[in-house]
Amino acid sequence: MGRLAPRHDRHPLLPERSALSNFARTSPGPAVVAVLLALFLLVFLVIPVAKVIFVAFQDPNTGALTLVNFADFFNTSLFRESFFNSLYVALMSVLVGSVIAMPLAYFTTRFNFHGAVLIQTLGVIPLIMPPFVGAVAMQLLFGANGSINLLLDDWFGINIPFMEGLNGVILVESIHYFPFILINLSAALNNIDRSMEESAQNLGANGLRLFRRIVFPLAMPGYVAGASLVFLKVFDDLGTPLLLNVNNMLAPQAYLRITSIGISDPMGYVISVILVLFSLFALWTSFLAMRGKDYATVQKGGGGLMKRDLRIWEKVGAYAVVIFTLLVVLSPHIGLTLLSFGTIWSFSVLPDGFTLANYQEIIGTTSEYITNTMLYAGLAALIDVIFGIAIAYLVWRTKLVGRKWLDYLATGALAIPGVVLGIGYLRTFYEFEVPFIGQPLASWWVIIVVALAIRRLPYALRACVAALQQVAVALEEAAENLGATKYRTVKRVVVPLMSGGIIAGFVTSFATAAVELSATIMLVSAESDAPLSYGIYVFMQSAAGRGPGAALGMIAVIIVGVATYLSHRVIERGKRERALDAALAGGV
Amino acid sequence: MSKSSSIFRIAGILTLVAGLLAAPTLVQALEDKLVVVTSFPKDLTGAFKAAFEKNHPGVKVEMLKKKTTAGVKYLQETASNNTSDMFWASAPDAFEVLKSDGLLQKYQLKATGIPDMIGAYPINDPDGYYKGFAGAGYGIMWNERYIKAKKLPAPKEWSDLVKPVYHGHVGMSAPSRSGTTHLTVETLLQGEGWEKGWSMWKEIAGNFNTVTERSFGVPDGVNSGQFGLGVVIDFFGLSSQASGFPVQFVYPTVTTLVPANIGIVANAPHPEAAGAFIEFLMSQQGQELLLDPKIRRLPVRPDIYRNAPAGFPNPFKDKSIGAAVKFDVVKSKNRYNLVNSLFDVMITYRLDDLRAATKAIQDAESALSGKSNAEAQKLIAEAKALVGAVPIDEAMGLNKDFAGIFKKKRKKATDKVTGRQAEVEAEWDNMVKANYAKAKALADKAISML
Repeated sequence: MGRLAPRHDRHPLLPERSALSNFARTSPGPAVVAVLLALFLLVFLVIPVAKVIFVAFQDPNTGALTLVNFADFFNTSLFRESFFNSLYVALMSVLVGSVIAMPLAYFTTRFNFHGAVLIQTLGVIPLIMPPFVGAVAMQLLFGANGSINLLLDDWFGINIPFMEGLNGVILVESIHYFPFILINLSAALNNIDRSMEESAQNLGANGLRLFRRIVFPLAMPGYVAGASLVFLKVFDDLGTPLLLNVNNMLAPQAYLRITSIGISDPMGYVISVILVLFSLFALWTSFLAMRGKDYATVQKGGGGLMKRDLRIWEKVGAYAVVIFTLLVVLSPHIGLTLLSFGTIWSFSVLPDGFTLANYQEIIGTTSEYITNTMLYAGLAALIDVIFGIAIAYLVWRTKLVGRKWLDYLATGALAIPGVVLGIGYLRTFYEFEVPFIGQPLASWWVIIVVALAIRRLPYALRACVAALQQVAVALEEAAENLGATKYRTVKRVVVPLMSGGIIAGFVTSFATAAVELSATIMLVSAESDAPLSYGIYVFMQSAAGRGPGAALGMIAVIIVGVATYLSHRVIERGKRERALDAALAGGV
Repeated sequence: MSKSSSIFRIAGILTLVAGLLAAPTLVQALEDKLVVVTSFPKDLTGAFKAAFEKNHPGVKVEMLKKKTTAGVKYLQETASNNTSDMFWASAPDAFEVLKSDGLLQKYQLKATGIPDMIGAYPINDPDGYYKGFAGAGYGIMWNERYIKAKKLPAPKEWSDLVKPVYHGHVGMSAPSRSGTTHLTVETLLQGEGWEKGWSMWKEIAGNFNTVTERSFGVPDGVNSGQFGLGVVIDFFGLSSQASGFPVQFVYPTVTTLVPANIGIVANAPHPEAAGAFIEFLMSQQGQELLLDPKIRRLPVRPDIYRNAPAGFPNPFKDKSIGAAVKFDVVKSKNRYNLVNSLFDVMITYRLDDLRAATKAIQDAESALSGKSNAEAQKLIAEAKALVGAVPIDEAMGLNKDFAGIFKKKRKKATDKVTGRQAEVEAEWDNMVKANYAKAKALADKAISML
């Protein structure tokens, strides 16, 4: 069967000598794609953001160019404190998130585990925290007077501050964003050449040593992709600190200053600039960590990783860990479910009563919201995946000058507050009428898709980069030696081999775009164009709207859950078919 | 598919509107559409939309919901190609901003029977750019289950909120986050005086559980039982109650009633429909809608209160509501951003330090009660003075040049301001942080002596 194919001899990540790079140097194709991508990012990210953010470099009194605002930043103890708080929270969240994600990823990919697809799907759900209602549900469960603390107080007379201060932020962020690690790590684990493991086992390695020395290092690109996303996302995250009313972190400081002091206040943008710079620095560090190592394996697609059976007591233990973890990470959604079916829920363990009235209330209004959400998030995720593949390929497989800047630029979007992007779009595109539509581009629904695509591109991009790093260049060279064109090679060899990572990128972009609010709310210019998150916002403005808002939130969760489950089924089926093909080929 | 048809619909309407604008209109018929930018919740906008569309079949009302500040920004950014007809929100300050930017147009109200004042505040903009359609005043709401479980007394006055028994139980939004919260802060500053007002706010804030990021976060927190008491605008309390939450609401003596407003946007594409909407809002029928349990705002027509449920506050009859403070709009406007910034620097961003100092003082005072120790008493008084201290006095706050540092924009390139907001705030922050730490140390020292 040729499973024990020797590992392809070491080659650097950016091949120097292969036919590939010669091709890239001579053919204009990749350069054209790169220029188009750069143009897209320039028009829809750099220019609109620059139109808003330039005040960071402007003297507020004279309007002259200056760096005085940056001096003010470092002179203010509140900002210095905020910086270290953000850094601390981001690092701790990566740690806690890894602890949550690793067992889930390991058990479901390495062993014959019933319900693996279901677990993988449920593992994505925490990413979908609908705005406002998610926060209310968490407070009702974990708050100082939430269900858990009311019970603890009743039974033991104690109160645990789950939701207080920086530790509260770390808890919520870890629960919220660990799926980035889970998804990317699972994709990477599935991608490992099983011959590697078999070789190691033949040489006597097993158990933890096998995981530590062989499996985990080979899955490293996926882990780094996930962990760096968690770090960047948490570092730049606004929603969670605001939900817990923690103000002394960078992102909330930027947001609060921009939205309350005003659009021309320099400090908000100074903070944004610092967020962007530090995010890029963190990204660059993760590049350094990956440099000079080779994660690619030659044998691919033949069913991927070998799955083993667990012994009965191992199985019990594994299920216990998985179920406990899922219970913890899904608790906000359990709270959301109760909220959506509950009548009044106030200072009590459970709602006073249960009802379907909240769902009846929204029945007339939702179909348009759902269509819009599916359309916007679906299109945005599709754009993200296509651009993600293109950028990943350009960065890691060509030698174009400045190619890394595409990656930095796209990833920098992570640190741009949604409200800044929204205002930038209004400012840049309101004067521009779309031909044949007779409407300004800024109020055409397509602009919402573009905003979502830009904001979620970093997720898909990291997933695609990780997937590409695991594909051996030798496979592409082989295809080209056999006469395949570049286009055909990418289409028939590279993309299929990256499929796990691509789906991971699609799912994360789609799931998070489906509940985005901050840029959307600036850009929605007609109720008929509004997505679900906007509908939730509208309901959550009044006391009577809490239940219906939660019901809408549940619908968002269900839609994304079903979409995720279906895409997992698609990969599984694809994998089985390929495995079958491979087995047949091997049999001949 | 519904998407594309909606695009064609919008495109069709736009061309139609363009045609209407180009040709001189002869008939005073209403346009077929009305776009209202509003910060009000669906419960309110939905009721008015339905009733108005019923009265004027053929007019389709589009309610575009944005937070007040986002709505203002939206109108500013889209002014060059305006598609909105009306702005409909609570905070009069937001309308002042739009008015001074030239983004509103005057409207002469036809409806009669509406008094000039509600409480001590004029109902309509004296310049005629926007109209008050409902009154709103600030007060305290609380969760009955919460105060029962924690054995807290029900509050009545602002001064009740400084009592040690409420430590960690109070929630409020920041004035920089919500225009209506700003009015409450300013009301107390004007009612009690600058120094005393601020020191009272800091004593109340010392009992805060949290400062919420949006004004609706306060009723939301009280309704959930996340914290027990909240400083809120009346309709948040009244409508929460009407929705079934176990909450109560009270107006303290020092409060002010301010109108919630509506105005027509300059260059509105559908001015006739916009005028009709204002008239409807002010009519008997429109005003009655305000009594709906999910809305619960104070009508500006005194005769409507006849139909109000028992216990519904009537500012035209009960002169104690909102009459104690004569609200000075000009003063408030001149130091608007400065007050926001002071509140954030002293309270929002240093809440933990403030709470710790307040707790130490409260502990020292309770340890002192019943004993006589002149030195400890002196230390406590010193600590309280440190917590209450404001970095600038009232004259400085009203000084045009100084307040100019906090202005949102330089109006002209020639405007010259010295000092930067961030620079001033950093200075204040250092002082406030040191004061709180010192106050805590003094109070702790006083405890150790008792």
